[in-house]
Amino acid sequence: MKKIIDFVVKENRALNADTFRLVLHSSELPEIAAGQFVNVKVEGSPSTFLRRPISVHDIDEAQGLLYLLVKIAGKGTEQLSKLQAGESLNIVLPLGNSFSQPVGERCLLVGGGVGIAPLLHLSKVLNKKGFHPVVLIGTRTAKDIVLREEYEKYATVYYTTEDGSCGEKGFPTQHSILNEHFDHIYCCGPLPMMQAVARYAYSNNIHCEVSLENMMACGIGACLCCVNDTKEGHKCVCTDGPIFNINDLKWQH
Amino acid sequence: MAALNINLGNGLALNNPVLTASGTFGYGLEFQDFIDLNRLGGFIVKGTTLHHREGNPYPRMAETPAGMLNAVGLQNKGVDYFIEHIYPKIKDIQTNILVNVSGSCVADYVATAEKINALEQIPGIELNISCPNVKEGGMAFGTQCASAAEVVKAVRQVYHKHLMVKLSPNVTNIQEIALAVEAEGADSVSLINTLLGMAIDAKKRKPVLSTITGGLSGACVKPIALRMVWQVAQVVKIPVVGLGGIMSATDAIEFLLAGASAIQIGTANFIDPTITMKVIDGIEEYLSANDFDSVKDIIGAAFK
Repeated sequence: MKKIIDFVVKENRALNADTFRLVLHSSELPEIAAGQFVNVKVEGSPSTFLRRPISVHDIDEAQGLLYLLVKIAGKGTEQLSKLQAGESLNIVLPLGNSFSQPVGERCLLVGGGVGIAPLLHLSKVLNKKGFHPVVLIGTRTAKDIVLREEYEKYATVYYTTEDGSCGEKGFPTQHSILNEHFDHIYCCGPLPMMQAVARYAYSNNIHCEVSLENMMACGIGACLCCVNDTKEGHKCVCTDGPIFNINDLKWQH
Repeated sequence: MAALNINLGNGLALNNPVLTASGTFGYGLEFQDFIDLNRLGGFIVKGTTLHHREGNPYPRMAETPAGMLNAVGLQNKGVDYFIEHIYPKIKDIQTNILVNVSGSCVADYVATAEKINALEQIPGIELNISCPNVKEGGMAFGTQCASAAEVVKAVRQVYHKHLMVKLSPNVTNIQEIALAVEAEGADSVSLINTLLGMAIDAKKRKPVLSTITGGLSGACVKPIALRMVWQVAQVVKIPVVGLGGIMSATDAIEFLLAGASAIQIGTANFIDPTITMKVIDGIEEYLSANDFDSVKDIIGAAFK
């Protein structure tokens, strides 16, 4: 069941120049599945009218904690970056569908930039279920890699950087780990990266899911603004997604 | 407790003056986790057309100062799908459910309205002659007196329950259009639909919306909507339903004072899915605090 909850900010930690992590508390934290997102109300920014959809980075059910990993992309996220411990944040959650069960033993999670956010929750869930997920993180440079120790708790983690300052030089689709066999790929990041990963999955016939991000108004399937063109017509990213199987998208040429 | 009930005529009696605007409330069910739908005065389901429509390509939304542009373009699965798959799921909700009806030609409006006339639990339709986001029909009907009158006249012949006509603000004289649809038998008018606008991305040097233009809604349109409700309420005899940028109970009260007999909440549902309940409670509190017995006592009070 979806809820509207006033969370209390427990911590707001800057991780690098434009990325920060919010730790939020509520005693009413609902069940959240990996891949779902929340819709955050931004106060104090006159140019921010609508809520901001943000993927769930991690949760701690026992403590009632919700973790959001956010990159400053505009006025809304800039305002959120200024939140102080003790302040309140109004959130609609949980929203959207979730990542599906692995179709085989070997799972590869590919994240680009702040697109790594939902992959922490997913790594944790897969790890608890007895899988040994492999996470592949791609960034421009080593300084963009954040919270690596968190991911390394639950997964074997590999890195690519465009300048070669950490891990292998290049894009995630060029990493040597892709020479190994995988049954299931989960991917979240910039659209060109997800489409490149999808091409790899198509050509190797691997089950692949991507987490899409479109501009939204409502987040609950009422306004039909955030649609993505699929083989079955326009689908709402907020309710039919954000997780889509690449075989349902019109990405294959 | 002040009385909130209001009768809009021809079978449309509301428990309170709060409705939701078409296209902002889905089919109601999207909001059932957040509010008690039975408490609404009513809700108006998504624009429905004779045939399935995919709507416009993405991007079809842009955030603007204190508002948003949309160019959804009446995406819906058509009236038959509505009747077969959606109506059974919503018909037992204890509130007034209206269907917003749109079309690209008079015959489509008529055929759609006729099908909905047969639905027992739908006490009225809102005739959408004001959608700015479709290439044919839509707003084209609502910006000229003759075409607005023509479509209302044709629908009136087949639709016997409450006929609300949704007016476009993209006109030079909204009073003339309101009078024209009243003369052809509209039971009420709702206004305003969205204002035609656009947004440009300075970085990409291109329009944001795939359709270039879209409909502006949200807090920023309220003063225009309020002015138009005021103007129309003074010249028509049928009830006026006011909408446009209502974000709070105070906003809703201002529309009632301007002459609206009921109001619709639209874009505000996106930001606060519980806003309708707050507005109902807020209107009641205002009436009680000011010693009014009924919401009827404040309708048009600003010009009486």
